[in-house]
Amino acid sequence: MSTQTQSQFFQQLKKYYTFYTGGFIAFVIVLAILEQMGLPPKWIGYIFLAATIALYAGIGIMSKTADVSEYYVAGRRVPAIFNGMATGADWMSAASFIGMAGTLYLAGYDGLAFVLGWTGGYVLVALFLAPYLRKFGQFTIPDFLGSRYNGNLPRTIGVIAAIICSFTYVVAQIYGVGIITARLTGIEFQYGVFLGLAGILVCSFLGGMRAVTWTQVAQYIILIIAYMIPVVWLSVAHTGNPVPQIAYGQVLQQVTQLENEFNNPDTAKGAAEASARAAFKAQQDSFEAKIAALDAAVAAGTGATFLEAQRAEAGSPADFPATTDDLKASWKKSADGAKGKTGPVSAHATAFAGKGSEKKLLKDNPDATAEEIAAAKAEDEHASNVKRRNFIALVLCLMVGTASLPHILMRYYTTPSVRDARKSVFWSLFFIFLLYFTAPALAVLVKYTVYSDLVGSSFAALPAWVANWSAVDATLMKIVDINLDGIVQLAEITIGGDLVVLATPEIAGLPYVISGLVAAGGLAAALSTADGLLLTIANALSHDVYYKMIDPKASTVRRLAISKGLLLLVALFAAYTASLKPGDILFLVGAAFSLAASAFFPALVLGVFWKRANYLGAVVGMLAGLGVCMYYMYITYPFFGGVPENQWFEIAPIAAGVFGMPVGFLGVIIGSLVSKAPAKDIQELVDHVRYPNLAGDIDTRAA
Amino acid sequence: MQLSERHQEYWRKNLRLTAVLLAIWFVVTFVVIYFAPQLNDIVIMGFPFAFYMGAQGSLIIYVLIIWFYARRMNQLDNEYGVQEGEEE
Repeated sequence: MSTQTQSQFFQQLKKYYTFYTGGFIAFVIVLAILEQMGLPPKWIGYIFLAATIALYAGIGIMSKTADVSEYYVAGRRVPAIFNGMATGADWMSAASFIGMAGTLYLAGYDGLAFVLGWTGGYVLVALFLAPYLRKFGQFTIPDFLGSRYNGNLPRTIGVIAAIICSFTYVVAQIYGVGIITARLTGIEFQYGVFLGLAGILVCSFLGGMRAVTWTQVAQYIILIIAYMIPVVWLSVAHTGNPVPQIAYGQVLQQVTQLENEFNNPDTAKGAAEASARAAFKAQQDSFEAKIAALDAAVAAGTGATFLEAQRAEAGSPADFPATTDDLKASWKKSADGAKGKTGPVSAHATAFAGKGSEKKLLKDNPDATAEEIAAAKAEDEHASNVKRRNFIALVLCLMVGTASLPHILMRYYTTPSVRDARKSVFWSLFFIFLLYFTAPALAVLVKYTVYSDLVGSSFAALPAWVANWSAVDATLMKIVDINLDGIVQLAEITIGGDLVVLATPEIAGLPYVISGLVAAGGLAAALSTADGLLLTIANALSHDVYYKMIDPKASTVRRLAISKGLLLLVALFAAYTASLKPGDILFLVGAAFSLAASAFFPALVLGVFWKRANYLGAVVGMLAGLGVCMYYMYITYPFFGGVPENQWFEIAPIAAGVFGMPVGFLGVIIGSLVSKAPAKDIQELVDHVRYPNLAGDIDTRAA
Repeated sequence: MQLSERHQEYWRKNLRLTAVLLAIWFVVTFVVIYFAPQLNDIVIMGFPFAFYMGAQGSLIIYVLIIWFYARRMNQLDNEYGVQEGEEE
């Protein structure tokens, strides 16, 4: 292999992956034919799971290596375009693949913060980090901090921060793997987690970064095919145009028109909606009355009798709440659920809608005074401003977090040169962009199907996909005829976000094999991200902690053995954590971005762009950024016992990085200015990373 | 080692390019978001403008920014003789 030139290597890769893509498409076609011949869906699920995991394992085994540089950075010869695909798969997790379109369906414009944040961050990667880190050319992100700031303390803080953000993230991925495996094959979630874990380990265990890279390229190809087929199909069905990203403009207008109809009680659809909302309002009121009665009984000391009476009235079901507190919580949930259905439909494309206080006031009280109207208006404006502020803060945290997550930055160590690192960021974003700019189209197309086909249909003849999904999982699809008119109203439908991607093949009327393909795509997305993250954690421990700090004289064999052992331990621990089903996983994913943004970004960027930045600055900046970010989450997030009243400027805890980042920057600047400028060799290191090639220069490349 | 005048100029050009591209990034992201409710009144091909930017327009511009940066910097490397040799 060593005699091969880079361009021969590139040609060979191109040949392999073209062949692979063709083979995968042929595989799907064969399954489709088998389905027509009567292969049951369950078997299609099994075959997809077994075939894709075997494929990843095969690539993993073929890429096994005992070479340090191959193990940590895939030998630094991954061509820009392939590194782009690998980064794309590394980046797009189960949340992007399955959750993104659903978030957009539910939140409309306000959900776009994720689309913007998770793409725009690459501009920062390209302009501030990738080329410089490539020139530096070692193995991990803490490596850079350790050399640039000349000490083990900055390296150690880097290791700790890398582990905190990668671990929260990897738990979420393994959780996603468990859910998808369970859905694809019907086995239990806990087993699904460990089965998925086996899939992750076969990729990364033997060949480290080298195996992970080539598996991720394969996974990217599967996930993008799986995402595109149903969307294109749906787009052709609704608009006759096979380019959904252009075609959905006209569909969006129809959606907006339907929204207006639903909200106007003078139209037939609007009147039906109003009757459904009134029925929900009545339900809400009845639960609230029950809660009041319960509170009164508890205050009078007759809570237990009240509970027994309620239990008898409900027919004493086994799952009836055991205490008055549980009963109250259950009723409160029902009341809130009903309350969520009483408001008007929010418009998909509208940004930062207010609370609708002014409209409500004018409707309830036509002769409201000027002051009352002004107060309601101010309330609306305030709500809208808070939404906008949070949107901006979240976009900023996600972007800067993107440019700080070690598992992504590490990928740019694997290209052959600085030139390729720059091109590779372009390819990364291009491949990520293909999925992200399709998700908003998918959300609108599915919304249109629900608004135009499902709403107004009869409960006696629901479309097959509605019946199927509401039977499978009520959190994804629930539909009740609350006003008993036998016709479906929008208010009567409850959709879970993940449904949008999972059910699209059925909505579009595609055969089951495409549903299997989508699940395999989701699995590829989750596995590839988990691979990259596990490797980051294991490398931080084995390379930065063991080799650089504990035993710098360790032999190559020993270093790799330690690294593989740690990979196994971390993977098992992460799978164990995921199998406990910790709540609020989505929050933890968002938190990982805020934490990374606060801890890494200031020290990394100033390390390249400001020669004066030094040891003390890095230590103070990283600790202060991380500290402020964690403190803010601690005081505002209910899981840690925080309360929303503690919020600063009403910013939600997920965007805590918006406070951590500036503090981090200030910390680096002040810490550096109060201590003396870095030594000459550090200044030379900065020049070294700034210029792709410098005559008579030092060499920082790791062996 | 001592950096030559040419080297300094290369770095200044890099900084200028970085600043200009960052400014474009800032405008298509944060300025558009800030004025989103007003910008949504403009409708092009069925898309309210701010919605379109958030869903697709800004993303396309991000891709172009990175493409342009890679191209321009790789040219600058050659102009200033700091390009890398053919490795391996």
